[in-house]
Amino acid sequence: MSGYLPHTEADREEMLRTIGAKSVADIFPDVPEEHRFPDLNLPDGLSQMEVYQELATLAAKNAPAAGFASFLGAGSYHHYSPSVVNHTILRGEFLTAYTPYQPEVSQGTLQAIYEYQSMICALTGMDVSNASHYDGATSFAEAVILAINSTRNRSKIVLSPAIHPEYRAVVRSYTQGMGLELVGDDSADGVLSLDELAALVDDQTAMVAVGYPNFFGQFEDLTPLAEKARAEGALLTVVSDPIALGMLKPPGWMGADVVVGEGQPLGIPMSFGGPYVGFFATRNQHVRKMAGRLVGETVDADGQEGYVLTLATREQHIRRARATSNICTNQALMALAASVYLSVLGKEGLREVAELCYHKAHYAADEIGKLKDYSVDRSQPFFKEFVVNCPRPVSEINAGLWERGIIGGYDLGRDYPARKNQMLVAVTENNSRQQIDALAEALGEVAA
Amino acid sequence: MKKEPLIYDLGSPGRRGVTMPAPDVPLAEMPADDLLRGDDLDLPEVSEIDVVRHYLRLSHLNHSIDQDMYPLGSCTMKYNPRLNEDTARLPGLAGLHPYQDGSQVQGALELMYNLQEWLTEIGGFAGTSLQPAAGASGEFTGILMMRAYHLDRGDTKRDTILIPDSAHGTNPASTSMSGLKVVELPSDERGNIDLEALKAECGDHVVGLMITNPNTLGLFEEHIVEVIETIRGCGGLVYGDGANMNALVGIVKPGELGFDVIHYNLHKTFSTPHGGGGPGSGPVAVSERMVPFLPGPIVARDSDGFRFVQPEKSIGRMKAFYGNFGVLVRAYTFMRVYGGDGLRDMSQMAVLNANYLMKRVSEGYDIPYGNRFCMHEFVAEGDLLDIDVHALDISKRLMDYGFHPPTNYFPLGKPAGTTLNVHGALMIEPTETESKETLDAFAEALLAIRKEADENPDLLHSAPHVTPVARLDEVRAAKQLVLCCRPIPEPPV
Repeated sequence: MSGYLPHTEADREEMLRTIGAKSVADIFPDVPEEHRFPDLNLPDGLSQMEVYQELATLAAKNAPAAGFASFLGAGSYHHYSPSVVNHTILRGEFLTAYTPYQPEVSQGTLQAIYEYQSMICALTGMDVSNASHYDGATSFAEAVILAINSTRNRSKIVLSPAIHPEYRAVVRSYTQGMGLELVGDDSADGVLSLDELAALVDDQTAMVAVGYPNFFGQFEDLTPLAEKARAEGALLTVVSDPIALGMLKPPGWMGADVVVGEGQPLGIPMSFGGPYVGFFATRNQHVRKMAGRLVGETVDADGQEGYVLTLATREQHIRRARATSNICTNQALMALAASVYLSVLGKEGLREVAELCYHKAHYAADEIGKLKDYSVDRSQPFFKEFVVNCPRPVSEINAGLWERGIIGGYDLGRDYPARKNQMLVAVTENNSRQQIDALAEALGEVAA
Repeated sequence: MKKEPLIYDLGSPGRRGVTMPAPDVPLAEMPADDLLRGDDLDLPEVSEIDVVRHYLRLSHLNHSIDQDMYPLGSCTMKYNPRLNEDTARLPGLAGLHPYQDGSQVQGALELMYNLQEWLTEIGGFAGTSLQPAAGASGEFTGILMMRAYHLDRGDTKRDTILIPDSAHGTNPASTSMSGLKVVELPSDERGNIDLEALKAECGDHVVGLMITNPNTLGLFEEHIVEVIETIRGCGGLVYGDGANMNALVGIVKPGELGFDVIHYNLHKTFSTPHGGGGPGSGPVAVSERMVPFLPGPIVARDSDGFRFVQPEKSIGRMKAFYGNFGVLVRAYTFMRVYGGDGLRDMSQMAVLNANYLMKRVSEGYDIPYGNRFCMHEFVAEGDLLDIDVHALDISKRLMDYGFHPPTNYFPLGKPAGTTLNVHGALMIEPTETESKETLDAFAEALLAIRKEADENPDLLHSAPHVTPVARLDEVRAAKQLVLCCRPIPEPPV
């Protein structure tokens, strides 16, 4: 017996006898004999105790940002997650259930998704939300595909260069076989005004997309861009941060057609980049072109309310090659985590988290702005992230910060050639005033 | 049973769960009012215990592996070890930011590197990328790589992927997303790919073949060597859908058979939980010639340790960051418990369980190709047309016996020589973690239902009887779409 197998020797023998085989080796006659039972050059199995120790040893080789004063953001954030979030998603009834294809024995998952959809609509100001995508980047790529399918014969996509670089990279990977024209995001510094972006939208444009807040943490009124998009028959997609939507005007009120983003800030650990949850919301008129699972309300044979997966005719298991997307497995458990987070924080709590981030980020910007060798980009209002012009390469500054036990911000020179020496600093409710003061002091020390 | 209210209908205005600390910094000037949402945020107003009770009561409405057998064909619903949950939550792993400097995350990179190596070894391949987030993402990745491989050779006329008609729907959908055409291949009278049809479709327009082996009937392709030779003969590549890999670990290496790409479903074969629909993880492993096209970044090792690199001709990235890392930790943990020989034993017991259960179920049901050994799953005919009982009725009745039904939906292809159709299948995958007693209990339930079908078919037609809700009106759900329980707030005038 090994691992998690329940089979005793007696079980094996009796089962083999029942099926008319002499040994286990006999039940693979269709596997080409010369290739059957190859050597597996893998380490030997261990007891659970030893495996836990091995993983703990691997973990101890890391310096988790969550355990330090960290100002790294850029798409993954160290927000506080109330204990009840983790405890709920550990319940075996949620954890070890499959996609709810059989609704009579899946009402728990189905109702939880239905409530998630409702909360995402409330946050974004949109009509409908799906049950989730893999992450913010793939939600965004699915928005491009929805726009192409909804605006027949159009193939131009206008992308703000201030959308997360990896999200734009995923759009390029996803659409490499589709023959699309992706424009707008080739500037060296990532700056393109809304007017300049709007000027790129024409009657061949399927979609124009912006960040809100954008990759640099900044936000502005998107209404003029929405009006231009509408006039040209293009869709406006907004990539957003769900914590920011606790206080900022929702994109739906500014005329957005699709709102997507990364749900990780809603109580999900950073976990080195995943698993996260991509949210996706749109207008009623696009619901049949939307990708992903959808849960709808209905009644059972006795007239009692219940929930089912619906509009399956959009999906790959029915429509096959003509489906709106290939997505099957999504991030349901992470969507559940986000729902629990939004429930337990609630209407007041989410706004408080948003405002804490806002005030602390502005305090940090003020303190850093006082340093003589640094300046902060205040060209637009910002939420919880802002851009700092540094006197030296960011990698050198960050090395100096790390010597002082601080994890510095994101090096924008990685993605934008004209932003050498610019650091994107993220501040959340988890960053104390002491941490922020220590950051400002350390930045002053490592300036030269 | 009383319906659990919506979370929005619990609580009371002004009530709250978790409170946040007061600001410890001076308050900044707020943005202009026209950039703010005001007081309309329509989220629940509940206490923490309201939340705990609500989700606990909802959880009771689910069937889960933790409760009892969950024999969904092709879904590999095996036990999800709790050890995996603990290791994935180690602060040194769960607390890592994806953009931390490499020197701060060497343990995470080592874990990813080892997992890449192990998945490469299990498949008999040359390289692996852990990036795809799920099986369908892995398929899409693989098809994009196959496309890129031909384009890189300057071969621009290939535009078609061949797919057996018994394939899962994600196969053709992933192909379409890549901008390629799908040609479906029929099955022969033994459940294999129809070789003559394959030969007829092969040509210099073919990017490759996408094949699930063992196939959806749970049968290992009897002519696998010839199938691969045929497709290679016309310059095509071979993609393996690894959804059914639970049958093959240590039994055969797809790379040695001539496959160019497969994806693994870590949430099937390597025990990570399905979570009500996800998250999964769908790493792709590839042959030597496909390595330069892998999605990146992937982890490399040199004398300084581990670091991310981008493969030379990479198709790009398939998600932000590096993959569903927390799922990778769970799979790694699982593989360390079993080790190489243990994993082979795992697949052998999965196949033994399926064959034993097939034998038991055949006492009351027709099994197409039941004269062959199956692999990790099998299909029983669930449509008893002479007595007007359908597979769905049997499935719903199984719920009354405390079991989750098998997969009912069977892909398009009607295997030659059977009466199987799209809705008539009972596709059963027991997995290796079910004991003989559980398999016997499940078989006894199916056989009892077979008897009920003859004696009292209405009992099946009106099933389930003991579940929280009765059969639900799916047509109404799609016609009168209600997808959100709240009125959509309008901007204040």
